[in-house]
Amino acid sequence: MTGDASNPYLFLLIAGFCATAPWRVLGVMLSKSIDVESEVLRWVRAVSTALIAGLVARLVFFPAGALADVPLLVRAGAFAVALIVYFAAKRNLSAGILAGEAALLAGLALT
Amino acid sequence: MASETTAPPRPGWTEGATRGEAFRRGILEAPSVSFIVIVTMFVGFGALARDVGLGIVQAVFISATVFALPGQVVLADQIAHGAALAAAFLAVTLTAIRLLPLTASLLPHLRDRRTPHWQEYFLSHIIAVTVWIESMRRLPPLPAELRVPYYTGFGATLFTANLAATALGFAIAGQVPPALAAALIFLTPVYFFLSLIATSQNFGDRLALAFGFVMGPALYLIVPGLDLVLTGLVGGTAAYGALRLKEAGKK
Repeated sequence: MTGDASNPYLFLLIAGFCATAPWRVLGVMLSKSIDVESEVLRWVRAVSTALIAGLVARLVFFPAGALADVPLLVRAGAFAVALIVYFAAKRNLSAGILAGEAALLAGLALT
Repeated sequence: MASETTAPPRPGWTEGATRGEAFRRGILEAPSVSFIVIVTMFVGFGALARDVGLGIVQAVFISATVFALPGQVVLADQIAHGAALAAAFLAVTLTAIRLLPLTASLLPHLRDRRTPHWQEYFLSHIIAVTVWIESMRRLPPLPAELRVPYYTGFGATLFTANLAATALGFAIAGQVPPALAAALIFLTPVYFFLSLIATSQNFGDRLALAFGFVMGPALYLIVPGLDLVLTGLVGGTAAYGALRLKEAGKK
């Protein structure tokens, strides 16, 4: 393991926990003064929704690891299949996920 | 401000239920589609951790202390590239900012008079996308006094299962074919996106989904590193602005 902290656990604690926990702590602190139906919270919801949607698109179009070896067409096609089946099956989460996974594996088998 | 959400009916078991019963109910009801998906994704993380040269205890340590998959994946990626501590810290920080709005919007649904404020910091440790989505779906129909025990039972089960999943993924890494490894990783975007659609409450949420999806890859090419933060701030603010305009037009 590389990095400039001599103890690997110290590295993980700083780059992992210390980079993550403060945002949850701040969230708890701010939630005291936030009303669930407030305008601030509706804005915050929109920001977090857009951020996660952006992360999703990045994972599909610019993946790393094993998914990077899958052709772009197969990745995008399987993602589209998941969406289409989800809506066609009256917003069924498991149907959408299973269809997307099946499409990805089928696409891999064909390419 | 009229909310567009309709309150789901209160579950039958909550009638006269004690906090202990709600805790057990949270454990029993933990397994669900999203539970299976998130546990599978932690299996994938365990495999990834082994790929980048971490030890099994280190992999489980990351899952336990970070407990947010995007941050964990970024951390493993940074270690794989031999990043300096400061660079790894910044990269994980950028993925973790989204936990602030998630936590701030979930806590009011969780809060009750019997739970001391300091305990809320412990309860918030497991808040990430999956727990947020599941809690926003499960908690509102429950009576306020049963929410914390239900959430604790549900959360403790999920936390324990994900640590076991990380170790399992580490143990089986390298033994699964590449197609299966790709399918494991592909679960993350598909599940995150469909869940966001499922929990979207209004026109603004759906617009934020569309804006984020388009802006994410575009900004990744223009400003890598800050892409997610900018996608959230710009895309989310634009979607919220459009929602306000639409509501103003109705009046």
